Amino acid sequence: MQEIPISHILFVSTALFFIGMYGLFTRRNMITMLMSIELILNSVNINFVVFNKYLYPEKLDGIFFTIFIIAIAAAEAAVAIAIIINLYRNHQSIDVKDAEEMKY
Amino acid sequence: MNYSQYIALIPLLPLAGFIVLGLFGKKYFKQSAGIIATLLLLVSTALSIYTAYNYFFIDGKIDGVYHSVIPLKYKWLSFSENLSIDMGILLDPIAVMMLVVVTFISLMVHVFSLWYMKGEERFSTYYAFLGLFTFSMLGLVISVNIFQIYIFWELVGVSSYLLIGFYYDKPSAVAASKKAFIVTRFADLAFLIGILILGLQGQTLDFGVLIQRLTDIQSPQFISITSASFIGFSVMTWALTLVFIGGAGKSAMFPLHIWLPDAMEGPTPVSALIHAATMVVAGVYLVARLFPVFYINHVSLQLVAYVGAFSSIFAAIIACTQTDIKRVLAYSTMSQIGYMLFALGVSGIGDEHELGYTASMFHLFTHAFFKSLLFLGAGAVIHFVHSNEMKDMGGLRKLLPITHIVFLIACLAIAGIPPFAGFFSKEEILLAAYNSNKFIYGIALFTSGLTAFYMFRLYFLVFWSKTSSAHAHHREGNAAMKTPLVILAACSILSGLVSFGKYVSADGKEIESHFHLVFSIAPVLLAVTGICIAVGLYKNESGKPQRVASFFGVLYKSAYRKFYIDEVYLFVTKKIIFNLIGRPAAWIDKNIVDGLINGIAGITADISSAIKGIQSGKVQGYALYFFGGVLTLAIIFIYLWK
Repeated sequence: MQEIPISHILFVSTALFFIGMYGLFTRRNMITMLMSIELILNSVNINFVVFNKYLYPEKLDGIFFTIFIIAIAAAEAAVAIAIIINLYRNHQSIDVKDAEEMKY
Repeated sequence: MNYSQYIALIPLLPLAGFIVLGLFGKKYFKQSAGIIATLLLLVSTALSIYTAYNYFFIDGKIDGVYHSVIPLKYKWLSFSENLSIDMGILLDPIAVMMLVVVTFISLMVHVFSLWYMKGEERFSTYYAFLGLFTFSMLGLVISVNIFQIYIFWELVGVSSYLLIGFYYDKPSAVAASKKAFIVTRFADLAFLIGILILGLQGQTLDFGVLIQRLTDIQSPQFISITSASFIGFSVMTWALTLVFIGGAGKSAMFPLHIWLPDAMEGPTPVSALIHAATMVVAGVYLVARLFPVFYINHVSLQLVAYVGAFSSIFAAIIACTQTDIKRVLAYSTMSQIGYMLFALGVSGIGDEHELGYTASMFHLFTHAFFKSLLFLGAGAVIHFVHSNEMKDMGGLRKLLPITHIVFLIACLAIAGIPPFAGFFSKEEILLAAYNSNKFIYGIALFTSGLTAFYMFRLYFLVFWSKTSSAHAHHREGNAAMKTPLVILAACSILSGLVSFGKYVSADGKEIESHFHLVFSIAPVLLAVTGICIAVGLYKNESGKPQRVASFFGVLYKSAYRKFYIDEVYLFVTKKIIFNLIGRPAAWIDKNIVDGLINGIAGITADISSAIKGIQSGKVQGYALYFFGGVLTLAIIFIYLWK
């Protein structure tokens, strides 16, 4: 079976990254923004795995990094959701536009 | 030689009183503050009398000469191997004499204040301040080092300031305390410069070594300090003059005397202690302390003599016209200190010539008793009539019998009527002046006549003159008030009989007291004449004083206005210093210094208000900045960072 060339996979991860970016900047719903961040993180994960697999097949560094990132992303999601829940209790809304008091 | 450490207790006990009463007086010792302070001082007084007894009669004399003893000394701050500031105790005849005078007068004032200041809101604070003053004054007289004397010199200045402004809700008292502080501070600046010059040239700050080096014409220090000159005078003259300016400021000598009359705003016992008997003679003491050095420098000694002589007659003339009882006494103090100073100024060293030195110290000694007695008596009178003005008094001799008698004794003493104390000391001063400078002798003789006149003017106006108005429901006062008056009166009579020359002289050797009956005829006659004039003018109320005043016309008016010295000072400060230095300095401060600071602050504020919109509170905005930043860094690292 013919191997998938690296450029294809990088294309996918880049697309995922910018979709996440787009979502982060355009969505007003904080849950959706959180999901977009997960997309960005996952694109990074793909990059790590792919570079590991294609360039240094004998090593496992990239895969370990990926596992760490997944773990940290889980923690981050937990914290972020806790923040969102508290915001909701205060503002009765999870729209970022309603949480703009922290300014000059 | 058994001067153990107990001498250190003499100044430290009042200090302990100051600390305890100052910290806890208001809370715990509101009533007992006076007793505590008095008892502490009683111990100090006993110790200093014991010290004096030891020094003068047992072991101070070696081969017929009183030596200076240093029982305690340690290096406090060392600049180089031989230049250091030491703290310690120096005992020599004048220091021991001053120890006794200061503790004794202070004790009398403490006791008197028990009655005078009773019921005062800040009673304990008052005693704390008295303790601070006594400590500083005692530290001053036993200094071993010229810098130590300067430290205590400033401390007495501070306590004087605190006590003059004791009634701080009275604007005049606040103004007077500020005036005293600023004027003496100004003089102390000169003193400090003088000390620095002496220290620099003499290579030491220690009194003993300094005097030894600067009086030995062979020593390199002496040669260097006399050979260097500045505007026509040698550096030594300058240094001594500057030191003398410091002394003149503290001793209220012309033209730095303006603070003393105003200082009378303080409580009267304070005036008795600080502004009559002890602090104001610090200048005399300083000159006496450095006397061998002054003596070797003719110019500065002449300066001392003429400033003293001029101040004595100047103040005596003003005293004749004042109507405030305490101000008359203040000018009289100034006049008597002038006496002491010119006595030093005409003195020499060596058997016959050093009479002036002894006479000066003798006069300091007797003056302390009768002048503090006068002030305490005035305090009793003021307490009785609730006024300082002599026109509110009169005919008090029946109502205040004890005060009347002791006041009369003090007046006779200061006027120099034998056999009261002032007669003997004044006699010696006059004799010393007669032997060396006839001009000063003339001034002194005239001043002694004036002194008798104005003291008895005061006496008759207060105790005789008109018949008393209705004050009869008052009583004279309790034992706390009468005891000090009576003791001081006894001292005013007896202290003149001490053969002072035996104990105190410039070189420590005994000198004979020269007492010539013929010589004393002139001053006593003059004093009696002064008293007779006062009797004629003031014994009964009449229009005579006004007629005499209008006879003297301009002279009377300008003396009454204190020869316009205050006005001259005001003119110089307000019109000249304020306009030429103060205002330009204020302009620079307001426009340039403040402008610079305000400008910097304004620029910062402008920039921050321009860029504060960045902190919008929008989370996505922040994310955008973040990615923008990452992108920029990426571009830099990938394309530009080669």
